[in-house]
Amino acid sequence: MPTSSTMTESSLTHRDEVPAPQGTREEMARVSEDCVIRVEGLSKTYDSGFQALRDVDLAIRRGEIFALLGPNGAGKTTLISVICGLVNATEGRVLVDGHDNVRDYRRAREIIGLVPQELTSEAFSTVWDTVSFSRGLFGKPRDPAHIERVLKSLSLWDKRRNRLITLSGGMKRRVLIAKALAHEPEILFLDEPTAGVDVELRRDMWEVVRGLRDSGVTIILTTHYIEEAEEMADRIGVIRAGELVLVEEKHALMRQLGRKELTLQLREPLDRLPDGLDDHRLTLAEDGQALIYTYDGRRDGDDDQAGIAELLADLDAAGIRFKDLHTRQSSLEEIFVRLVREEA
Amino acid sequence: MNLQSVKTIYQAEMARSLRTVLQSIVSPVISTSLYFVVFGAAIGTRISEVEGVSYGAFIVPGLIMLMLLTQSVSNASFGIFFPRFSGSIYEILSAPISYFEVVLGYVGAAATKSVILGLIVLGTASLFVPFSIVHPLVMLLFLVLTALTFSLLGFIIGIWADGFEKLQLVPLLVITPLTFLGGTFYSIDMLPPVWQAVTLANPVVYLVSGFRWSFYGMGDVSIWASLGMILLFLTVALAVVSWIFRTGYRLKP
Repeated sequence: MPTSSTMTESSLTHRDEVPAPQGTREEMARVSEDCVIRVEGLSKTYDSGFQALRDVDLAIRRGEIFALLGPNGAGKTTLISVICGLVNATEGRVLVDGHDNVRDYRRAREIIGLVPQELTSEAFSTVWDTVSFSRGLFGKPRDPAHIERVLKSLSLWDKRRNRLITLSGGMKRRVLIAKALAHEPEILFLDEPTAGVDVELRRDMWEVVRGLRDSGVTIILTTHYIEEAEEMADRIGVIRAGELVLVEEKHALMRQLGRKELTLQLREPLDRLPDGLDDHRLTLAEDGQALIYTYDGRRDGDDDQAGIAELLADLDAAGIRFKDLHTRQSSLEEIFVRLVREEA
Repeated sequence: MNLQSVKTIYQAEMARSLRTVLQSIVSPVISTSLYFVVFGAAIGTRISEVEGVSYGAFIVPGLIMLMLLTQSVSNASFGIFFPRFSGSIYEILSAPISYFEVVLGYVGAAATKSVILGLIVLGTASLFVPFSIVHPLVMLLFLVLTALTFSLLGFIIGIWADGFEKLQLVPLLVITPLTFLGGTFYSIDMLPPVWQAVTLANPVVYLVSGFRWSFYGMGDVSIWASLGMILLFLTVALAVVSWIFRTGYRLKP
């Protein structure tokens, strides 16, 4: 194989001879390693006049799972479509691994895989053919071994000779994922990957997505299911009426915005809150069997800002005894609903 | 140039034709045979020679042209309309390929299919009537240029159409009438002078005439006018396709 070894040598030499890039080292490192997608000042107004995106800035880190949350019509799909080249931006630009997705579309698109929201397919071709087609379409040479790996990882191997029209919705969804993975993308977009998919299949899909992330693929998913974002995402972006209202680490988000609840199961039921406890934000629940205390989860420093010790002392003083207690942090869903409501 | 992608689209389109072999190949062959039976054998025997050629042989180029135009348009329009209709066009639009490559794949496949069909119909015709081809290379050139041009037209229709009705509108209401009135079954010399003048406004006349010239060395208009007309069509079709992709018309909002 003299040819291939010569080629490798020459390409290595070539790489060594490339002049050092301009700009500070940190900047270069940040751009080239940290962010795999950079969205800058992106706006989209459709011909109908509907403004789907308003000045969106977003940086997706290499190797992360980023969940884009938002109500229907918030602009999730438009954002993905602009990045993937399905929709023209009105303003702003998108860099994919440093390549402008309009001027240098080949380089930008070849590392992206897209799983659309709609279950679309060439109804009459087989699973094997349609997945192989996707690979070829993205300019990659035939590689039956890779297609086999992809189909097996998605439990589609047994169905490879089936026509798409004969598959169930969940199976079609898997085929779309297989198509998106056929050309070995570095970035995978999943637009509502588990919409209309039963719970078991959803869990399976989460496993697949985690496996992909472990292999170094960056994943951006949009979802209605907060549970999904909570389960999967490293970071979360919330989009509302075309504006990215928040981008945050999932854990930080839940910590910052999460309200906590302390529930005390009482030994003796109460008719009403006793006097002297008005200062605490207490409510009676479960027909007087329980007291619920709501406090801000972010004030969890050393000093008793949450006021739990004080509350317990006051309860003791008022002669209220409890047999059990537990605390609960808001789920992402509650945070999300609150966020969207507050800003609406 | 992303040849792998072009090849992939091309092969997928060709495979689609093979899957629907009955519709794509058998039916045009049958309908052409029927034309020969009716016009060639039944009516043709009552008609003496047209410009020194037996009537059966005279209609061969026109019939092939009729089939070539309708099949090119319907193949190419369906090829691009179906992914738009099913939504799977997203994959084409998000792939690292240029518009030129997309057109090359789809239109190339549709045109190839039409040329093959044209040759099959030619073979079928030879079973019914004896005929000769004086300029075989010009015949092939016309076959390829016409297939290409009308496949491009089909591609445009496939992008313009927003439903199955529109998809069939142009072939049914424009292509077929123009072909029937374009000298497929007659020489325009047989028409009264007024209608001869009107007919010259029909672009298909030039295609049929040029194609017939390549068979028998004679046509209604000069071969250069025919060649000029097909090249003009080709240029217009290419311009429209490039406009479609530049503006994203019906493809990219």
